[in-house]
This record gives sequence, C-alpha cells and structure tokens, in this order.
Amino acid sequence: MANPNVVLHVADVHKRFGGLHALSDIDLQIEEGKTHAIIGPNGAGKSTLLNVIIGKLAPSSGQVVFDGNVLTGKKPYQINQLGIARVFQTPEIFADLSVLHNVMIPALAKRDGMFTLNMMRSLESETGIRAEAEHMLEDVGMLNRRGMLAGSLSRGDKRRMELAMCLIQHPRLLLLDEPTAGMSRHDTNTTIELLKKIKARGMTKVIIEHDMHVVFSLADKISVLAQGRIIADGTPDQVRGNPKVQEAYLGGAH
Amino acid sequence: MPKFMSRNDLLLFAGFSLVVLAMPIWLAPFGAGYPDLLQRFMIFGIFAVGFNILFGLTGYLSFGHAAFFGVGSYAAVWSFKLLTLDAIPAMIFAVVISGLFALVIGFLCLRRSGIYFSILTLAFAQMSYNLAYSVLTPITNGETGLQLTLNDPRVLDAAVGQGFVGQPVPNLLGQQLSGYAGFYFCASFLILGFFIAQRIAGSPFGMMLKAIKSNQTRMQFTGFNTRPYALSAFVISGMYAGLAGALLAVTDPLAGAERMQWTASGEVVLMTILGGVGTLVGPVIGAWIIKYFENILSALNDNILARFWSFLPEGVADVLVKVTSKFVGDGWHLTLGLAFVIVVIFLPGGIMEGVRRVAALFRRSGSSGAKTAPQTQPAE
Repeated sequence: MANPNVVLHVADVHKRFGGLHALSDIDLQIEEGKTHAIIGPNGAGKSTLLNVIIGKLAPSSGQVVFDGNVLTGKKPYQINQLGIARVFQTPEIFADLSVLHNVMIPALAKRDGMFTLNMMRSLESETGIRAEAEHMLEDVGMLNRRGMLAGSLSRGDKRRMELAMCLIQHPRLLLLDEPTAGMSRHDTNTTIELLKKIKARGMTKVIIEHDMHVVFSLADKISVLAQGRIIADGTPDQVRGNPKVQEAYLGGAH
Repeated sequence: MPKFMSRNDLLLFAGFSLVVLAMPIWLAPFGAGYPDLLQRFMIFGIFAVGFNILFGLTGYLSFGHAAFFGVGSYAAVWSFKLLTLDAIPAMIFAVVISGLFALVIGFLCLRRSGIYFSILTLAFAQMSYNLAYSVLTPITNGETGLQLTLNDPRVLDAAVGQGFVGQPVPNLLGQQLSGYAGFYFCASFLILGFFIAQRIAGSPFGMMLKAIKSNQTRMQFTGFNTRPYALSAFVISGMYAGLAGALLAVTDPLAGAERMQWTASGEVVLMTILGGVGTLVGPVIGAWIIKYFENILSALNDNILARFWSFLPEGVADVLVKVTSKFVGDGWHLTLGLAFVIVVIFLPGGIMEGVRRVAALFRRSGSSGAKTAPQTQPAE
C-alpha cells in the first residue's frame, strides 16, 4: 500500500449477481482517523459494498484488506475481533435483554474473545464490565434507560444503544449503514451530534448515507457511487462542485 | 452485595430445595405422596431443567432429547452389569457417555437452526431408537430391554468380594435405593441440577445464550462465534438428560428402547412449554404436572367416576360418567392436550406467566389498597 495511513483498502473489487454488475472496479482507500462517506442514489451499490467489506458477501474478484489482514473469506465474528464494528440500517440489538446487558455483551466479546466457557462465574461479579457499560450509556445519554428492555426503546434510542454497543469495543473502524434512516428530524440531529462527539476521538468511520445534511456535516472525504462505480472522490467541497456528481446524484436539485 | 449469588437467587434456591425435600408431606393430600411417583417427579424435573438450558435459554428446539435420556439409562445399566451395583459410578458413566453422544449429534445438528435443527434432532433420535430396538440388540437387548442378571460380571463388586443372593438391585454404598431413600437420592440430584442451571443462567455464559436466542446476527457481528456456545448448551442439556435417564435406571434397573422414542422427546417439550419456557422453575413444575396427570388420571376408572358423580340424579350421572371417562384412564392424554391448548392460548409464557400475573395483581392491590391502581405498570 502506498499510503501508510490507509487502514482499509478495498482493492479492485467486483461483484456480480448473475448478469448484474452490482460493483465494478471499486478501489477505495480509507485513511486512519477519517470519516469517509459513501453516497449515491438508490441502487448504486452502497449496501452491497458495505456487505462486501464486512464479509457478508464475497466479492466476485478483488479483495478487502484491513490493516494488513485480508478480510475476504473471513467470518463476521473474526472481522469484528480484528477491530471492525458495524451499525445496521435497521438496528440489530438484543430486543429481549435489558439495555445494560446489551452494552455489556460487546464489552465481554472484546475482553474474552469469540468464545469463553465462563458459566460458573456470576454476572454480578463483572463489576468492571458493568461500570464500563454504564459509563458508555452515560456517554450516549441513556443511563436512565439501562433497566429497560431494549425492544421497548424508541427507534432513535435503539440506534443510540447500538452505537454504544459498537463504541464500547473501541473499534479501529466503525461502519455505519444509513445511521439516520427512518428517523425523525430531532432523532437525526441528536445522532449527528453523537457522531460528531465520536469523531473527536479519532475513530475511523465509513458512513453510507442518503441524507446530504448528515453527510456534509460529518464527512472528511466522500466517495460517490453510481451504477456500481465510483464516479467521484474527494473532500465535501470538491464533491459538491463536481459536475459528474451534479448530474448523477444531485441532479434533481437544479 | 454478595459476589457468589444475589439475595433473590439464594432465596429462590432455598425455597426450591425446601419445596422439593418436603414433597412427601405436602403431596400426600393429593394422593401423590408415594415414592415411585415422587422419584419420577425428580427424574423428569432434571430432564426438563436441562432441556430448558437448550430450548429456553439458547432458543434451539430439540425434538430428540429422549435419545440422550435413553443413552443415559443404557450406560447406567451397563455400569451395573459390568462394574458395580453402586449408583455413583453408574451416574458418572451415564453423564459422560450421554455428553459425548450429545457432542457428536449436536455438532451435526447445529449446522442448521430453526425448524431444520428440530427436524435433524428428531431424525437422529428416531435413528437411535430404531438402532436400539433392532440392530444394536447385543448392546441394548432389543425389545426385551436391558436388565440385570445374576450372572453379570460386576468386576468391582467381585474384586471386593461382594456376592449377592437373589435379584441384584442398585445401591449407594450398600444402602438400598428403593422407596424414600431413592426419592431423596433423586431429589439431591434435582437440587444440584437446579443449582447448576441457576448458576449458568446468571453467568456471562448464560447471558450469551440468551443473546443467541435474541439475535444471532448481532451476536456474530459483536465478535462471538455462536456455534461453540450453542454446542455447549446442547451438550450440557444432553448430560442432564443422561443424568435423568441414569436415575430412572437406578430406581428401576431396566432400560428399554421406548425411552428414546419421539413421544418421549415430545413430552419434555410439553413439560417446558407448559411450565414456562426460559424460566428456571417453570419446566420443573411442568414436568410435575404432566407426571401427576399421567399417574392420577390414568388410574381413574368408571367405578370411581360413578362414585364421584353419584350425588346427581341417575340419568345425569350416567351421562357424565360416560363423558368424563373419555378424559381419564387411557384417555388421560386428552386432558393433557386440552390443558396444554388452554395454557398456550391464554398463558403463552406457561404456568410461570400465570404466577407472575397473579403476583402482580396482589402487589398492585396490596400497594394501593383498591382497584384504582393504574394499568400502566412497567412490564417486567
């Protein structure tokens, strides 16, 4: 890799579903500590790209390299143990467990690895993990909801809790799939504030987003995807001024 | 804050032990205070507690757990035949063998989840049943069932020079395990099994099992390999089943293939659902109720019913005897089926949900003193 700051390198990835070229020639370099947004109209291949990165889909050719490790062919839990956490478009949470336990589980995954047979230890004796989880919940402003069942939270709170579940692992890379999809304006704004707060900590992030307001208030770099190809790459200002982008994506605005 | 166990857990454990140990007293008025039935209460209680670790905590519905129960029985009887009539080596042998058996079957079945997992376990259990019934006759003695004989080698007993006169029966350090001794022997294992299940449910491991039941995808993206967790739960519950099977062999040293049939697997599913899936006490209560019905209702006949309805005019009594006789005796399954349907429709969380609702009702009327309490109490 040419640039030593690159933590995630999507190298020459193609993905075909039968005759459909969902992704062609994708080459992305995500730099350490940056927030990189991937935008594009519906059906551009954003979610496919994210699924290829996270190992849910295997690319037809090419590979994804994270910090020297090839991610292609690895299982989701192996990818997570390398330091990649993911926020889903519809929050994936443990709906039947309390908010506190939802946040304690990822902390235990970080500490104990992918499998430990600790069945004779009491959960009550995990005071360190519990304190860490409570601190994390305080950070996202949900400490007062720790005893609630996660399934009974509002959509915005579920998202915040899911973020807390990812952040407690101190991942090197955080992937966010439309973090504000389906949210009210108010919930969107609180989520943006929260993401800005995280940004100050220097965590690398990849955001897939629809909402331009979210993208331009958070991203350091933007890649524009259209029909499975990257048509533009650069800082928010560069992308905004790019005529190709205007045509393909922001086209409706003029 | 005690680190070992929370106060509530300790109370639950103490209460449970007390209820179990006092069963001969409080069950006597219900006509169930005799050792044979009490032993079965304990044995199927253990079976259900173990089954709940897999089904209730982890969310995998096995339809083949009777296979492990049967393997435990066979292993225990073989230990009686080959090693010694003492119960402890037989129990250890049975738990180890059924655990290994569960490891192999679990490894294969857990490649799928949901209904496919259930079908796979059912297939393996039926295979085991048919093998035990026919092909493996040298090991299982086919349809006659494996029993103790005077000519068994019993190498350990022979080594210490113990000889037997008459029918060999299992014992514990020379103490015979029939009647109430057998009940207390089984009860100590139920209490131990309950304690272990309680510890598992309250451990980080137990929380992972619940998380697997709740959302497998999130579990994987959180960095957990869910397969070994589910397999551990499978093996543990298989070992519980083996323990229960061994105890049945201790109290009645005869192992037959019908113990592994799918109806026996289905019965433990019914017990767990009837009592309350995922609760600690529920499956045990479910097991007790089903075994109680099986013994009490199946013993009723037309004469007893006629006496029961005799206070009514003759014609009416005759009709009622005719109708109710369909629900007792051989027809007790009809009663069980109806009870099951009613519980599942009105109390999807089983009997334990009923207990919780009643408790909440009492708490509400106790705290406010009247029916003015708001309906919007947070769900627990």
